[in-house]
Amino acid sequence: MNKRILEQNIFKCLMLGSIVIVLGSLAIIVGTVIVNGAFSISIDMITQTSSGGYYLGRSGGILNAILGSLLLALPATGLAYIIGIGIALFLQRDFLHPKIASLIRFSLDILWGIPSIIYGIFCLMIMVALGIGTSLIAGIIALTLLEIPIITRSIDESIKMVPFGLKEGSYSLGSTSFETATKVVRKQAFPGIIAGVLLGLGRGIGDAASILFTAGFSDSIPSSLMDSTAALPTMIYHLYSSPIPSVRERAYAAAFILMMIVTIISILSRGLTRRYEKYVIK
Amino acid sequence: MEKRNIRDFIGTKLMLSITTVISVLFFIIFFILLIRSLPLFLETSIQELLFSTLWNPEKGSFGLAGILIGTILVTGISLIIAIPISLLTAIYISEYAHKKIRRILRPFLDVLAGVPSVVYGLCAFIVFVPFTRDVLAPFFSVESTGLCVFTAAAILAVMVFPIIISLCIECFSAMPIELKEASLSAGATKWETVKKVIFKACRPSIVSAVLLGFGRAFGETIAVNMVVGGVPKIPETVFNPAQTLSSLIASAYGEMMSVPLYESALMFVALLLFVVVVFFNILGALFLRRTRRRFSK
Repeated sequence: MNKRILEQNIFKCLMLGSIVIVLGSLAIIVGTVIVNGAFSISIDMITQTSSGGYYLGRSGGILNAILGSLLLALPATGLAYIIGIGIALFLQRDFLHPKIASLIRFSLDILWGIPSIIYGIFCLMIMVALGIGTSLIAGIIALTLLEIPIITRSIDESIKMVPFGLKEGSYSLGSTSFETATKVVRKQAFPGIIAGVLLGLGRGIGDAASILFTAGFSDSIPSSLMDSTAALPTMIYHLYSSPIPSVRERAYAAAFILMMIVTIISILSRGLTRRYEKYVIK
Repeated sequence: MEKRNIRDFIGTKLMLSITTVISVLFFIIFFILLIRSLPLFLETSIQELLFSTLWNPEKGSFGLAGILIGTILVTGISLIIAIPISLLTAIYISEYAHKKIRRILRPFLDVLAGVPSVVYGLCAFIVFVPFTRDVLAPFFSVESTGLCVFTAAAILAVMVFPIIISLCIECFSAMPIELKEASLSAGATKWETVKKVIFKACRPSIVSAVLLGFGRAFGETIAVNMVVGGVPKIPETVFNPAQTLSSLIASAYGEMMSVPLYESALMFVALLLFVVVVFFNILGALFLRRTRRRFSK
């Protein structure tokens, strides 16, 4: 056989091998979570809080972690959305010189890449300065900071696609630039905004490093903003290596539920984007 | 002034202030980390911090060399595994795969990118750790607990796959088709076209994908922390436990308040992590902008 064809075929085999490795690792991860998680899940697991010290717990479930995760991630995503949409709308040509806007985009891209543990430790510094301990509010702040660059950049990308004629139409009717931004541009970019917010939510709900020091860990459902709280990721992190099987099972169940939530968020993102795309003026 | 104009004024100013705060957040983080790590600089020299291998906070020695080498080993090995596999996968998906297969494969990559890092860590702990302990380490005739550099690198490689693959696919499919056609019509095989035309034209974006992947791998905390072993020494083989910068911060948090200078030392570790990751991300972003500009003309 021709040497060049042989080389091509060798690399084709290598490519198929790589695909198998990539998909195989995905299958292993999803499979492990399902196999270990599905067997340890029960009604008690999701309706009871973990009781009796988290390393020794004989019975109980992970309700406090599920609620903790939602209590952390939902407000954080809401805050990050408010801040993110403000920045993303402001980055338009109508408000800022494109060169400055591109510099700010650059800094947001850098913020996106910063490891979440840095946000965690940064919030810890703020907490020490303010004199508060591990609490729900500190966790929310850490997650908000983590989500801001993600949500802002995604919204920004979809706002870039808004045709200029649409804005011109709004201006010619006498609306101010703020009205145009919030009423015309925001509606036109709505599918992109949903996708961005849900991307941020998915990232925030799965992150452990930023809430490790800030939200802390506890066995009960937080009753105020100043209480520390468990979350699904921190529950997995604290319990996965426990010698007691029933405690380990909590970590597996938490992983299973976390994966379910992340999957639902990503399906929701696809569905809602498609659903609202039909209202976009082409 | 009309009510609408007032609203416009306030709204615009509000947006301006948020934007300003977030654009300088980066510097705020940097300076806070720097200020908090100053007490350590006053006590120990930078040389000692970076080149001493003795990490013993109780006795006041904060040598980071062992941890730095551990970090570089874990990140380096993960990239050595991830780069060829991701590149070949990206080439297959963008050049060889049938349209239908491509449409099926992309969502799988999205799923892989969306898996929380703690779940990666858990799976590594359940699957990779026993595999390394019982299969790989005996194969190379070494003793290993499974919690080691290699396991951490392997799971990091899996986490880096989606980043490198999706960035490469983005570039490969943005390439003008004429370039490929010219090469194919000159009699080159498809692989030769890939090797000599696509790889050459997309080099900046491949470099940027690798740099961004490096940034992710270097800063990844939880998954590494769960399987790397947490021993702050230079590992003798890749099957020995080690420690990485980010993982050190996560595990040392509980004890740091009681020992003098410990907190400051951890801030220095965070600063180091921050500077390295930001440096590589800036490089990566610059390369990415260059390719996007090249193909948008």
